Amino acid sequence: MPSIAEALLGPIGRKTLSALRDIHDASKLINATFYWTFVSPFKGKPLRVRASVSEIVKTGYNSVPIVAVISLFVGIILALQSAYQLKRLGALIYVANLVGVSIIRELGPILTAIIVAGRSGSAFAAEIGSMKAAEEVDALISMGINPVRFLVVPKLIALMLMVPALTVIADAIGLFGGFLLSVTALEIHPYNYFQQTINALLVKDVFTGLVKAWAFGVVITIVGAYQGFKVEGGAEEVGLRTTASVVTSIFLVIVFDLFFTALFYYFT
Amino acid sequence: MDKAIDVKDLVTHYGEREILKKISFSIPRGKTTVILGGSGCGKSTLLKHLIGLLKPTRGNILINRKDIVSMNEDALNDIRKRMGILFQGAALLNSMTLMDNVALPLREHTELEDSTIQIMVRMKLDLVGLSGFEGFYPSQLSGGMKKRAGLARAMALDPEFLFFDEPSAGLDPVTAAGLDELILKLRNVFKMTIVVVTHELPSVFMIADYVIMLDLGEVIFSGTLDELRVSGNPRIKMFLDRRPEAETYSPEDYFRFIAGD
Repeated sequence: MPSIAEALLGPIGRKTLSALRDIHDASKLINATFYWTFVSPFKGKPLRVRASVSEIVKTGYNSVPIVAVISLFVGIILALQSAYQLKRLGALIYVANLVGVSIIRELGPILTAIIVAGRSGSAFAAEIGSMKAAEEVDALISMGINPVRFLVVPKLIALMLMVPALTVIADAIGLFGGFLLSVTALEIHPYNYFQQTINALLVKDVFTGLVKAWAFGVVITIVGAYQGFKVEGGAEEVGLRTTASVVTSIFLVIVFDLFFTALFYYFT
Repeated sequence: MDKAIDVKDLVTHYGEREILKKISFSIPRGKTTVILGGSGCGKSTLLKHLIGLLKPTRGNILINRKDIVSMNEDALNDIRKRMGILFQGAALLNSMTLMDNVALPLREHTELEDSTIQIMVRMKLDLVGLSGFEGFYPSQLSGGMKKRAGLARAMALDPEFLFFDEPSAGLDPVTAAGLDELILKLRNVFKMTIVVVTHELPSVFMIADYVIMLDLGEVIFSGTLDELRVSGNPRIKMFLDRRPEAETYSPEDYFRFIAGD
């Protein structure tokens, strides 16, 4: 019979041990991924350029329509919501400031990251997971091919480039959405709106947004790959891991967003 | 006997459960060795150890007199380049054509021109009877063709060692016999050291030169095919005569088992 202390403390211990194991496995993957991306190319093991380009097309180019539509709508929504308050103060022109700052500093990067996590992060987990289930990962290892180098590095390169690139597109189209609504429904003069936006924004706003986007790309790749490599069994587990990868990467994207926002608030 | 692979006191666990219980055996060079055993006897686990996919709890595995258990990843990769493995489900990369699949080890480990690689791939595919299928994706092939394509990939670097994990699993008898034929041909023509893990008796008698039999994580037999046939061990006789395992519980034990104490 387990004692009361064992029944109370046992689950905590087991949870802690499994969490520690997860952290250990994840840090090994992060280590290997960064080694094969940034160190090994200088040791005569070139990056897989063609695979990276194909990942760039899948994760970046193919996401442009959905990113464009969502950021256009969010730009319009933001302009409407801010006008709702500012109208009462007779400060409608500040819609430009609000839309500009919130899109560039916050919503552009995070919306893009959430779309990419849903589209590409889940695809990474499903692809690697089903390869794991079909012994394809074992086959790679047994051919002397490192699976992290072969599978994860092209995805990391793609997302490190594409999340910032998609963020730029989201920023531009989001601003355009706000502009569109303001010059039509709110009857702000286009030139005034344009000037107001330019005055409200600083280069560092754009820059910090892109730094965040880069970090989100790294987070999404690592989480997707980690969940994929965790698959041991069959198809059912691939599904579970894919779901887990989306939930975890959105959660971590928001945690990192909080971290970077706080960092930039105090140090720029 | 010239030993290609020498396993010494190998112990391995899955979690708490002991899978292989301090087993030792050798695999002769240039012969076809079959590792035989019932389901769950640890033979697939053993194969994963031989190709360096799993690390044992204790023990040594010497390949060409070098211990792969204590090797680092780079040295292990050098050994792996001299091994070809045909996995149970062939494990071809589904996102690539047969050409790219078979070319993969060549592109990763050699500096050859792409035109040379293409010729070599066609030769390998022809060897396994798949010429003309270069542009097909694995999903467009039947199970037997996938296995043969997997074999072509395993042979891409002209390995010294060729490992087969249940080559006839999931194949009809005719296709399975065709694959056995191919294994015989490879041994005769290329003098490779071939290790086959299986439980299919007909193919054992067709291809094996040397047999290692595992039961419940222990080696119960190792020797030639003729020695296997005349062996007096009741477990081996049971396996060869395809007799089911005797009821192991008494009614009282069974009652205790279902009552849960």
